[in-house]
Amino acid sequence: MLKDQDRIYTNIYGWESPFLDGAKARGDYDGAKDIIGKGRDWIIDEMKASGLRGRGGAGFPTGLKWSFMPKEVQERPHYLVINADESEPGTCKDREIMRNEPHKLIEGALYAAFAMQAHHCYIYVRGEFISEASNLVKAIYEARENGLLGKNAANTGWDFDITLHRGAGAYICGEETALLESLEGKKGQPRNKPPFPAMAGLYSCPTTINNVETIASVPDILKRGGEWFASFGKDEKNTGTKLFCISGHVNSPCVVEEEMGIPMKELIDKHAGGVRGGWDNLKAVIPGGSSCPILPKDVCDTVLMDFDSLREVQSGLGTAGLIVMDQSTDVVYAIARLSHFYMHESCGQCTPCREGTGWMWRVMSRLVKGDAEIDEIDTLLEVTKEIEGHTICAHGDASAWPIQGLMRHFRSDVEDRIHEFKKAQAA
Amino acid sequence: MKKSDALGAPFQPETFEFADMSLVEEIFSRYPKGREHSGIMPLLDLAQRQVAETGPYGDYPRGGGWIPKAAMDKIAELCGVWPMKVYEVATFYSMYNLEPVGRYLVQLCTTTPCWLCGSSDVVKACTDHLGIGMGQTTEDGYFTLMEVECLGACSNAPMIQVNDDYFEDLTAETVVEILKSLQKDVMPPSGPQNGRRGSMALTGPTTLEEQAKKAGVA
Repeated sequence: MLKDQDRIYTNIYGWESPFLDGAKARGDYDGAKDIIGKGRDWIIDEMKASGLRGRGGAGFPTGLKWSFMPKEVQERPHYLVINADESEPGTCKDREIMRNEPHKLIEGALYAAFAMQAHHCYIYVRGEFISEASNLVKAIYEARENGLLGKNAANTGWDFDITLHRGAGAYICGEETALLESLEGKKGQPRNKPPFPAMAGLYSCPTTINNVETIASVPDILKRGGEWFASFGKDEKNTGTKLFCISGHVNSPCVVEEEMGIPMKELIDKHAGGVRGGWDNLKAVIPGGSSCPILPKDVCDTVLMDFDSLREVQSGLGTAGLIVMDQSTDVVYAIARLSHFYMHESCGQCTPCREGTGWMWRVMSRLVKGDAEIDEIDTLLEVTKEIEGHTICAHGDASAWPIQGLMRHFRSDVEDRIHEFKKAQAA
Repeated sequence: MKKSDALGAPFQPETFEFADMSLVEEIFSRYPKGREHSGIMPLLDLAQRQVAETGPYGDYPRGGGWIPKAAMDKIAELCGVWPMKVYEVATFYSMYNLEPVGRYLVQLCTTTPCWLCGSSDVVKACTDHLGIGMGQTTEDGYFTLMEVECLGACSNAPMIQVNDDYFEDLTAETVVEILKSLQKDVMPPSGPQNGRRGSMALTGPTTLEEQAKKAGVA
């Protein structure tokens, strides 16, 4: 288990003040001048050495992402955008950072912005997070009043400021280019790539978009060294500490910081009080937020919680939001409800996703009752394959994966239900 | 995607003015010059809040926040864009109400993590107590019930949002207590309703021993 001294978020449960008095006591902003003094190449190298992979779900190496920004600032300014549009079902970690450790985020933004030569950062917070956004705004004002933002921010010689922009209830704005559209005051419909945001992002200026947890990890990585961060985790590709959100059928759901690559069973048993009714009562776990395919108990017995281990079992770490289901769960409905979610949240831009998500939900809701033919399962799977990879953004893929996961592991449950339905009708 | 052909609420005021133009100026100051269109979303939010504060228009009883078409036109004028650009945004995002809602907009999350933890009981308790279905408003204009997708508080499921506040770790009983309190116009304390602290395990912290001791929660 991760030692307390190696945890980044020591106020994740809000025991102490989230604001500047508490943050300073926790060591935030210590040595900011020295870190900036080491230069942007040092920062990016240190980030690369840490092996930090983006915490928003896709897991792209952060240091590498930063290095895609143009080396010199031309006529267009550079922007840092922080994605706080946390909406993936099962995920509730960025919320804890924003309301309990907002200064970690602000400090991380300063270093990240300096490394990519940005003087301005926008934080896009999901619209429903009103108390989280107001804590964050309060922290930003505090930082400004205390010289930690603005001209010569934190006495580092770098001019830097942050603006908070609130969303208004569209999951799709968590997709980085949809987020940029939304920031520009438009419908949140993803853009085609290329051009990538590092070339033409916000207002067509070079932009890097990072998740809240990614940026909030930056200060500790730079202060304690990339090597320190890389010393945790399963291997050099899955490093560091990670906030896990555990929900569903566990005895005591929680958000907790643990080492990357911790066994799923250990995570649930140690921090969430175990599965309701004991580990043997487990039916399945969605390991990384709704879009990651569901895993049956026999896989959960041994699987490790990191990007590559979960990929090997045809799922993913995603945002590390574990949705735990015990034996009493109707897994078909659990996935059908996610299909409804993806239908509701499709932006309507690409035909396969707009039409397909609705079609999949309608078939899934018949499968919940068993009111279908056996060969419709294959038709459904074929449609998921037609949607996957045929849309501008990954929303189409994300809507297809849960259904594919369900059929991979629980097809017999679905078939049984169809047989029972037929039997009941015949009687 | 929000499906609504309604910029046509049953009652539309003919004009709309922002009550405090300094708030509008502050919003524009957040974005670079020439990018006033970035202000559309915060201005829609501001308009919706202003409507909620002003209270019901005419003899229409619902006192919650919504955005009249006149407000969208005003925002278009302020941002220097065609009104259609503002209509597009207002109809795309689910948090902008295009017609009046109750004074207390109760949004019930029923996505999988909340459903696993008993959101169906919470929904039933609300519809039974208020005598209305999802998507409906009580006759006195006090409550609108709305089913919503994941609100991002999954470790504190099941949960609802009432206007700006989250109420978490609910049961059929505690949610009715909240509604009863709101019927008396008393906003109950938000957050977990089972004595939990934030997203810490109900049984106590499993990490951060020293900090827990200092905070007196261990």
